[in-house]
Amino acid sequence: MPERCLIQVDGDSMEAVVGESLAVTLLRAGRFRFRQSCTDQPRAPLCAMGTCYECQVHVNGVWARACLEAVREGMEINTHG
Amino acid sequence: MKKRVLVIGVGIVGAAIADRLQAEDCSVTLFESYIPGGGTTAAAMGHLVVLDDSPAQLEFTARGVDLWRKEPLPARCEREACGTIWVASGAEDVDEARAKADRFARKGLETEWLDAARLREREPSLRKGLAGGLRVPGDQVVYPVGAARWLLDRALERGAVLRREQVLALEMGGLRADSGRFQADAVILAAGLGTSHLLPELPIQPRKGHLAITARVPGLIHHQLVELGYLKSAHGRVASSVAFNVQPRATGQLLIGSSREFAGFDASPNRELLGRMLRLAQDYVPSLAQVPVIRTWTGFRPCGPGNLPVIGPWPASPGLFVAVGHEGLGITTAPATAELMAHHIVGAASFLDPDPFLPGKVAHA
Repeated sequence: MPERCLIQVDGDSMEAVVGESLAVTLLRAGRFRFRQSCTDQPRAPLCAMGTCYECQVHVNGVWARACLEAVREGMEINTHG
Repeated sequence: MKKRVLVIGVGIVGAAIADRLQAEDCSVTLFESYIPGGGTTAAAMGHLVVLDDSPAQLEFTARGVDLWRKEPLPARCEREACGTIWVASGAEDVDEARAKADRFARKGLETEWLDAARLREREPSLRKGLAGGLRVPGDQVVYPVGAARWLLDRALERGAVLRREQVLALEMGGLRADSGRFQADAVILAAGLGTSHLLPELPIQPRKGHLAITARVPGLIHHQLVELGYLKSAHGRVASSVAFNVQPRATGQLLIGSSREFAGFDASPNRELLGRMLRLAQDYVPSLAQVPVIRTWTGFRPCGPGNLPVIGPWPASPGLFVAVGHEGLGITTAPATAELMAHHIVGAASFLDPDPFLPGKVAHA
């Protein structure tokens, strides 16, 4: 069985799978707004391989591309940064 | 009778020329086989900056900036009236800044000397211990692709025609393109690095540069920042060099330059040079170490035989005109180039002395 853990997304606790792509975890949870454009349009993963930067979020206060982050226990994700 | 004019190349220079000549009641056809503004223009930083490496360059860039300032650019051109600060590191730079201020003042251009304390007030993100800076409030920043597209659209609205095809050869009184022969009163070669294919006598060399753009960090930098040593990099002919140059963009992102290198048409990144460029930026603005760079790219400046572009009639071919070799100043000087071309084609009054730019000066230099 895959190991499970707890992460925080914009203040909400959710259960996730350790080692899964953070982008996949967020999409699976129905969270489609990863960041916003200059004109406040929602942005979400496009390339899913680290090239397009559309899935940028803050992880524990640091910029990260969600598609390149592996989920780990206690991660705090902020999609409003 | 309207003059029929063919413009080869729709970078920002070709677009500006077409726009101006169409306004002078010429009938302009533009030729571009690639995306308009998709070559050198698309890779450029887009500073509208007065430079003073030579008296002619000062006149040329000041005129370009002045003409741009009068244009009603829409929001998509991302104009920022942020001004430039020429950053002085040491005593030698301070002397250079004073000399620059004098040269600008003689042209009626406003500058403001910022001592170390005032520089820190204006740009707190710059490192401590800098000697000061010379602020040039009239300089601006635009998004080059947007600005080129806007000029092209205005030319088309004024009746110009865009042909998306390749020009294969220059001919007496016209040109030959994919779809056939075109006759005209004047042919203007504004093809940048594509020039030498059509006119081998005018060698235009690619001078590669790297740029990097960051994530959004609004408010970190307020002016375009350039080190006073910039011109040494821009106008030296050494194999490779970097100079500190950071721009705040309308999106809140920072555009970081600059590098110069002769490496043929190899667009692959030179990691050593890119690294030097980014370390230099971080040396001036230490907090850049915490700002993610989201993209880097390279582009080619069209570098002619001299330190000025070549603008005017080509002596060996009646009816042929050139406007090429703008190196890193094509965005700034596009409207001034168009004004010179209007002088040559329809005898419009020229604000600038056309002489230093004439092809004859280059061919026999």
